Order: sequence, then C-alpha cells, then structure tokens
Amino acid sequence: MCRGLMGSTALYFMNEKRNGLKEKIVNSQIWRSMFRHGYENTGRRYTLQVLQNVWLHLHPPRVPRHGINFRFTWCMGGITFLMFLVTAVTGVLLMFYYRPTAEYAFRDVQYLEFDIPFGMLLRNMHRWAAHGMVIAVMLHMFRVFLTGSYKKPREFNWGVGVILLVVTLFLSFTGYLLPWDQLAFWAVTVGTNMARATPVLGHEGPFHPQDITQENDVRFALLGGTIVGPSTLLRFYILHCVAVPLLASVLMALHFWRVRKDGGISGPL
Amino acid sequence: MEHLIILITKPDNVPILAIIFLLPYFMWLSFSQGRNNDLAGTPAEASLKDKVYVWPYLCRNEFICAIIILLILAVWSITIDAPLEEPSDPTKTPNPSKAPWYFLALQEMLVYFDPWIAGVVLPGLIIVGLIAIPYVDINPKGKGYYTLKERPFAIATFCFGFIILWITLMVVGTFLRGPGWNFFAPWKYWDPHKVVPLTNVNLSYKFGIRDVLTANVFGFVVVAGYFALGPIFYLWKVRTSEFLQELGLVRYIVVSFLFLTMLSLPIKMILRWVWNIKYIWVSPWFNI
Ligand code: HEM
Repeated sequence: MCRGLMGSTALYFMNEKRNGLKEKIVNSQIWRSMFRHGYENTGRRYTLQVLQNVWLHLHPPRVPRHGINFRFTWCMGGITFLMFLVTAVTGVLLMFYYRPTAEYAFRDVQYLEFDIPFGMLLRNMHRWAAHGMVIAVMLHMFRVFLTGSYKKPREFNWGVGVILLVVTLFLSFTGYLLPWDQLAFWAVTVGTNMARATPVLGHEGPFHPQDITQENDVRFALLGGTIVGPSTLLRFYILHCVAVPLLASVLMALHFWRVRKDGGISGPL
Repeated sequence: MEHLIILITKPDNVPILAIIFLLPYFMWLSFSQGRNNDLAGTPAEASLKDKVYVWPYLCRNEFICAIIILLILAVWSITIDAPLEEPSDPTKTPNPSKAPWYFLALQEMLVYFDPWIAGVVLPGLIIVGLIAIPYVDINPKGKGYYTLKERPFAIATFCFGFIILWITLMVVGTFLRGPGWNFFAPWKYWDPHKVVPLTNVNLSYKFGIRDVLTANVFGFVVVAGYFALGPIFYLWKVRTSEFLQELGLVRYIVVSFLFLTMLSLPIKMILRWVWNIKYIWVSPWFNI
C-alpha cells in the first residue's frame, strides 16, 4: 500500500539522501580519525576492519568456516568472556553502594534492593551473570575436550584454561560471602572448613607440625581469623573486587593471545 | 511434592536446573556429530576448511549470540531475585549448611573421604590431572573435530569424571541431601530429626581383624595393592603392547595413578552403600 503511494522513486530518493548524509559523516575528519578503513565491500576492507580495531584484532582476519559454526564451538568461550564483562560492569556499579564491613554489608545490600532505582535488577544481573559464567566455563572445557583441541600445539593454553577455571570458581566463591547473610556466611564457612585439614599446613591435617595451630594455619591466612568474621569479609572483598579480577584479566589476555598464536581455532588438518 | 517445588524454585538452584537441561543437549550435539564423523570416515569439519572473513561473518555470529545471551540474562534477572536471607549469625547454624552449588561435588566427597583427601588432595589432583591431560594423551587423532571412535578411552574417562562424578554429585548434593547431610528422596520433607543408624565399620573389621597393628598393616597392603595394579598391568603388558611402549613409563604412571584415584571415589561409594565400610586403611596419622 504504502509503497504504492510513495512509489519506488521516492524510496530511492530517500536512500540517496541518507547515503549522502552517511557519506558526509564517514568522510568527515572526526570520523576518519577514529575509523581508518573505508566501507567498500572488498576483502581488503574486511581485513582492515579487523586489523585496525584493537578489540576486534583479538581475531585473525579470516577463520576456517567450521570455526564460526555454533555446532563446533558452542560459543562457550565467548559467552564466558561476555559474562565476565557483565559482572565487571555491574560489579563496579554495585561497589558504589556497598561497604565491606560487618556493620554495613548486609544493610547496604538491603538498601540496594529496596531503595536504589534498579538496585535489585543490578544485583540480580551480577549474581546470575556470575553463575552463568561458571556454567559456561564448564561447558567450554567440555567442548574443548571433546574436539581434542588441547592436543599439540595447544597443550599450554589448555593449562591456562584450567587455571582460569579455578580462578572463575574462586571469583564466584569470594563474591558469595559479600551479602553477609546466613546463606553467604555458612556457605563460606563450609567451603573454607576443609582448609583445616590441609596436610602439613592445616591444624587438623595429617603431618602438621606442633607449631601449626588454629591461629596460624592456612585457614587462618584465608579468613584472617579462626572463624568467618569481619576480617574475612574485608579479605574476600579485596580478593573479589581487585585481586582475582586482575588475575583473571591477565590470564584471559594470555588465553586469547595463545588461541591466535597456536594457529587459531583448532580444526582437522 | 511441595518440597520438590520449593527445592526447584530456590533461586540459587536455577543454575543447576539449567545444567540439567544444557548438559544433555550439548552431549547430544557433540556425540551425534562425533558419530556422524565416524560413520562418514572424514569429519564434516574438514569440508568446511575454506576461510571466511571474520568481519562480517564471525563478528555477526558473536553479536547475535551476545544479544541472545544478554536477553536471557535480562529475563532471568527481572523474573528471579537473588536470595537474601537473615543477617549472618555465627551462633545459628542452619541445617543443612551447604557450600555453593559448584562445590557440592567436593562436599559430597566428604561423606566418603576424610576432609584432607576430599577437601584438599582430591581437588588438587583434579587441577593437576586436568593440566596433565595434553601431555599424557599421545593419541594424535581426533584433534579439531568431534569423534568417538578414534579416542574412546579419553572420552569415556573424561565424561565419567565430568558428567558422572562432578555434575551428578552436584545435583545429588543440591536435591537429595538434607539436614545432617542425610539422604532424602526429592519429594520427601527434610526432617531435621531423621535418625540414621551409624553402622559403618572399617574394612579390616569386616575381615575379622581386631588387632590394631594388624589392621594397620592390612589397610596399607590393600591401598598399596590397589595403586600397584597400575604398574603390575604395565609389566604384564609392556612386552606385547606397542601402545604402552610408545606411552612410556612416566606418562603411564601418571595416567594410572590419576585414573585409579578417580575410580577410588565410586569404589568407596559402593563399599559404603553395600557393605557399610568406613575406612579401608586406619593409620595413626590418617585414615583412608
Ligand atoms: C574464564 C574462562 C575462559 C574464557 C573467557 C575462555 C575463552 C576462550 C575463547 C573465547 C576461546 C575461543 C574459542 C571458543 O570460544 O571456544 C577459547 C579457546 C580455548 N580455550 Fe578457553 N576460556 C576460558 C577457560 C578455559 C578452560 C577452563 C579451558 C580448559 C580447561 C580452556 C581451554 C581452551 C582451549 C584449549 C582453547 C583453544 C580451542 C580451539 O582452538 O579449538 N579455556 N577460550
């Protein structure tokens, strides 16, 4: 109907006009200073688009066709990374409202939920993205195993991946304590209780020397006390918001770089 | 039944529910591709070897994937609220106290092993064992495509560890473990006063050994004998097996040790369920 009224000439004209504006913008000095590649549909431009973009150049310019197939990679490495980015963004926002002390922590979370606009949503997104990251990283490992992608020359990157898996779990675990409610407190109590039994270094572990007691074993170092308490909260907060994310970022940079250096996504030779 | 619904709708159990559906889907996806590749002789991935430009083809897929995932996350976050219970109170221990869901397989192992094994040694060995995989798997086949036939041992072992031990124990820990870490059918009310008689005995006791020292030696012999199975098999087969010769002694010892350690978990589970065995080896320093 509409088309009939306006006629194809009119549509053509509008497109022309928009193209004209687009041309103006993409040829302006400001735009050209940011994006150096043109917009012609050639392989050269596709290559430049990837090579000249700091984010995209994690990728090689071209990949084997099976590598972009969902059925091959399940996108799980990428989803893990996406979940990490979501937690990083929402996490920074959460930090504005949260104080890691025994007096304030729980109240701040409550306040966030009831009084901050979209506070509940923010907290939900952070928590579910973190859980999603754990699911995705496990499935990613499963996929990498099933396609035999850890085999030469990718042995080292598999090892980096295993450390990333541990780091992911630890990130999630340190975050679990921060709401400072019963769920958090007891989950972390149960989780860290095993450290008592560390051989040699735990005060209930086999072969521990006489000098290792409740007050100086590995569990004490982790908790900053003999039970989960205010200093544990501070320790876990700093680990969760600073130390472990930094470590994870460095390892991810290494991981992605190695995926490329090891010859890109694996495939049959 | 009501109880099952409460369990399932607990917000922190949603990830486990997701895994219960996602894992079979991805198992089907990968095993069916592996089977097709095996039947065809050449993997389907090999026919897609030509290169495509990352921009736009890969970036487009990544973009679509990211949007779909963010959409799911948004819906999840709008519909289900993160849990917040009462303020923490060190004097009020909830029963059961559970670790976060991704550590429940470890907590479940505590039933069968002492904390120093279940909580420290086995997790350490899982990490070391995973890192060791590429260095002990000398099979050059099955790299970069799905297959079942070309690496049956590797895939069976990994799936056993990942699906049966890690994921299943996680699900068991979430849905079937109640107060006192007792076993409850999923539809049963979690009765905190459920009494389970402690009738577990040590293996040596089952064999009629009452003397402490003899029991100690007996336990040592059983455990050492179990781990010696690996080297014995090696000595028995190495002459005739080209594969073992190529694998080499060091790799073999690593593989057999890790493999037997992994199997020790289901073995102890069965010993416990069927014969109420508590420890296999009781020594003055530790119990296994
Ligand atoms: C924070 C965690 C991780 C992130 C963000 C991550 C991300 C990625 C990404 C984006 C890729 C590209 C291909 C794909 O998406 O499948 C990849 C490949 C790879 N990942 Fe990970 N990964 C993580 C953890 C792991 C773990 C736990 C393992 C194994 C134990 C692992 C081993 C590998 C290997 C060997 C490759 C190369 C695969 C191939 O060439 O086919 N990664 N990773």
